Amino acid sequence: MSLRIVVCVKYVPDATGDRHFAEDLTTDRDAVDGLLSELDEYAVEQALQIADDADDAEITVLTVGPEDAKDALRKALSMGADKAVHVEDDDLHGTDALGTSLVLTKAIEHIGYDLVVCGMASTDGTMGVLPAILAERLGVPQVTLLSEVSVEDGVVKGRRDGDAATEQLEASLPAVVSVTDLSGEARYPSFKGIMAAKKKPVESLDLSDLGLEAEQVGLEGAWTTVDEAVQRPARTAGTIVKDEGEGGKQLAAFLAERKFV
Amino acid sequence: MAEVLVYVDHVDGAVRKPTLELLTLARRIGEPVAVHLGAGAEAAAATLAEYGAVKVLAADAPEFADYLVAPKVDALQAAYDAVSPAAVLLPSSPEGKEIAARLAVRVGSGIITDAVDVEAGDEGPVATQSVFAAAFTTKSRVTKGAPVITVKPNSAAPEAAPAAGTVEQLAVTIGEKSTGTKVVSRTPRESTGRPELTEAAIVVSGGRGLGGGENFSIVEELADSLGAAVGASRAAVDAGWYPHTHQVGQTGKSVSPQLYIAAGISGAIQHRAGMQTSKTIVAVNKDAEAPIFDLVDYGVVGDLFQVVPQLTEEVKSRKG
Ligand SMILES: Cc1cc2nc3c(=O)[nH]c(=O)nc-3n(C[C@H](O)[C@H](O)[C@H](O)COP(=O)(O)OP(=O)(O)OC[C@H]3O[C@@H](n4cnc5c(N)ncnc54)[C@H](O)[C@@H]3O)c2cc1C
Ligand SMILES: Nc1ncnc2c1ncn2[C@@H]1O[C@H](COP(=O)(O)O)[C@@H](O)[C@H]1O
Repeated sequence: MSLRIVVCVKYVPDATGDRHFAEDLTTDRDAVDGLLSELDEYAVEQALQIADDADDAEITVLTVGPEDAKDALRKALSMGADKAVHVEDDDLHGTDALGTSLVLTKAIEHIGYDLVVCGMASTDGTMGVLPAILAERLGVPQVTLLSEVSVEDGVVKGRRDGDAATEQLEASLPAVVSVTDLSGEARYPSFKGIMAAKKKPVESLDLSDLGLEAEQVGLEGAWTTVDEAVQRPARTAGTIVKDEGEGGKQLAAFLAERKFV
Repeated sequence: MAEVLVYVDHVDGAVRKPTLELLTLARRIGEPVAVHLGAGAEAAAATLAEYGAVKVLAADAPEFADYLVAPKVDALQAAYDAVSPAAVLLPSSPEGKEIAARLAVRVGSGIITDAVDVEAGDEGPVATQSVFAAAFTTKSRVTKGAPVITVKPNSAAPEAAPAAGTVEQLAVTIGEKSTGTKVVSRTPRESTGRPELTEAAIVVSGGRGLGGGENFSIVEELADSLGAAVGASRAAVDAGWYPHTHQVGQTGKSVSPQLYIAAGISGAIQHRAGMQTSKTIVAVNKDAEAPIFDLVDYGVVGDLFQVVPQLTEEVKSRKG
């Protein structure tokens, strides 16, 4: 029996670019080039490794996002995923985490799944909540923030390195997992992979394909609103000294002046 | 007055500092009702009362420890149903965020994560967030349901405001679907004896410039002279020089201390994301062009192997 894996990947503005807000206080997706969220590369990588260890597996990469988000899907396909699903609809503009999770849930159910793999957080919103919400909505176990993951005989196991303790977790499939950047470097797409990706199927879905109404998503449907976004003033230029042998002492004097010593 | 649920982060009844900050912020919106899950509610109640909890809803069940996250959501939902709160505040830990998110879905509320401040507003609580690696400060509101908000550590100075803090048992039914993820084993982290990274008033971090794990002792000695926590860049963690639990940045801890000292750290955007809101920033780096110098209140361009030990000595002698 084939293991059906769905990997949720997000297309995000490059974090090293100069990110801004658009007029309507949503993320400006035009100002900065987008890419497959680096933290979701880890999710694709772990899915590929799980698929390698399974007798028979199929990996679908799924994204909810604008037209350009296809780039993120292509990258994941060139890494080795089998097929892609792109949920794209003008009404999705401004959707918040709860709305996105609703769309992802419908799409995951549409695709069919045994295992959903997510990244630990998106590099733009950085909420890190979607995997837990997907588990809640799908009504399946949440096995999240794993630095190590494996699947055997219909059971997913993993190691969660928490603040207070390291936990070994176990759940029966179907389940939702998320993996951290400690799970292992993601592979680079090979030339062969990039060529093969061009022929892999990408299914496009809109809200009506998923039985959703425009009011359930988008800015209108969002349950949160941003009233104000202000650029943080550049920090006032500090004092910078070159060490001429007394740098440590000068620094100590500064700390004393600020009452830290 | 409206009640505000505050999820208590504690270790066997020893309440952690971020919870006291939550209670302080909750009082701006209404009357804090603390939700204490697991052992030690009676011990915790005294502290919770001191910081303004009018009531402590307590529940203990083996499921809280034996299964991941979901049983705690069941309990918080029971508290929510019992109180019908004006808002729910939780600490912005990974687990806090996951509990918050699932509760929000269940009760039909919007959720805001990683707030650095919460105030009362005409249209409900207003949360301040620091986004895009702290390049922007936003103010947001929840527009549907009772706001569920997670708050980062060090977002407010805890202020005592004694209240009754009466402990009441909370009846919780753990759902069938909530025991899907078994915690097979748990290995508690060994205490370093130093302050908790996210809660510390001072953090001293080391990066690739340290050149090796053994050299982290230089950072540790400075930290100890200042009573500080120790942090590390991802480059230092990836090299195996320091444990990941000490990583500062986008995929590590986000810190906002009174003083942040970076030694041998370049200041990449992902590192800045986790420390840029620190009140005072100091760096030692031999490269005058390192981006970390854009952030500093005081920077020393020099060899950390010279500068940092000299600083440590000077701090020690000034402290006597
Ligand atoms: C998705 C993603 C997430 C990430 N998350 C994080 C994160 O959470 N935290 C994080 O820190 N990084 C993170 N990174 C990595 C980040 O991009 C940088 O690679 C990393 O922060 C660099 O660490 P560093 O400053 O120690 O090393 P480098 O950038 O190599 O800097 C070392 C510095 O040390 C200085 N130096 C060398 N020798 C000396 C000396 N003797 N005395 C004084 N100075 C010296 C050098 O001049 C240099 O500036 C992430 C990256 C990605 C893509
Ligand atoms: N628009 C999206 N499309 C597909 N997957 C997403 C999307 N947004 C978030 N995710 C997934 O959810 C994870 C956590 O995202 P977040 O909760 O937004 O930080 C990401 O690492 C992705 O795996």
